[in-house]
Amino acid sequence: MMGQVYLTLMKKLTIIFLLFANTLFAIDIHEFETEQQRLDYQQLTEELRCLVCQNQNIADSDAGLAKDLRREVAKLISQGQDQQQITSYMVDRYGDFVRYSPPIRIDTIVLWVMPLLVLFIATFIVIRTIKKNAKITEESNEL
Amino acid sequence: MNKTIIKALIPLAIFLLLVVLLYNGLGKNTRLLPSALIGKSIPKFSLPSLMTDKNISNKTLNGHMYLLNVWASWCPNCRIEHPMITEFARQNIIPVYGLNYKDTDAEAKRWLQQFGNPYNDILVDIDGLVGIDFGVYGAPETFLIDAKGIIRHKIVGELNPQNLKNEILPMIDKYK
Repeated sequence: MMGQVYLTLMKKLTIIFLLFANTLFAIDIHEFETEQQRLDYQQLTEELRCLVCQNQNIADSDAGLAKDLRREVAKLISQGQDQQQITSYMVDRYGDFVRYSPPIRIDTIVLWVMPLLVLFIATFIVIRTIKKNAKITEESNEL
Repeated sequence: MNKTIIKALIPLAIFLLLVVLLYNGLGKNTRLLPSALIGKSIPKFSLPSLMTDKNISNKTLNGHMYLLNVWASWCPNCRIEHPMITEFARQNIIPVYGLNYKDTDAEAKRWLQQFGNPYNDILVDIDGLVGIDFGVYGAPETFLIDAKGIIRHKIVGELNPQNLKNEILPMIDKYK
């Protein structure tokens, strides 16, 4: 009986471990001179896309290329480059796709404007419907 | 009366629009990313050769059009495309160079001994840094580079009869 309970517990623990294994293994050590550099590194690796595992950023990924790109980011930061310089370094090589936040340009404007537009239209419809319903309730109350 | 019909049709219109939009996305290969380097010069590099003692730089290769094939002994798809690369090199249309990507010399040489060496020369990029400069995100990848050192085309994944006929050969004619 106890053995069985122990076994299920171990199974659950293994599953939990496997769920987090990906992030656990993606830790590598880079040393920076200043706190600002460390922050730059953190922000950059979080907003650069891992190109071989497209729905992860390079901070979270354990893929070989992600590791290389992290090392490259760390190296460039240590050389004194700022976030913008490093981002354009990556975009020059891998295109805009490497960024999680695409630049605002004519061909990407739909991406940025669409959600706002949908939000406005939805709000408009909701407000109108509520007003209409209120009016109907009022009228039926008067009866 | 007319107004109600139009109103009733709005959801249908939105639905059809979505269908068209989503249908377009179906079956698209999201792994195929446009290269940021098409039309640009190859990056500066100086790499050891796997076959000689000499270093090869970006300038060494200028002067003629060539294919640069990114490969590694650990890459299963490189093995799949290898007969295709060999056949293309045998036809002597343009020279084929290899970029041995994140490999070890010993294993690369063993691989070539086993499957044959179709390359005019092979650049060794052990840490993958030149690969990053080329925007490589996995092997195999193949670049078509013209005599001035400008990247004209890039194949992500294996070279096969289709992309050779439809992409590489027309591009060679166009930029030769």
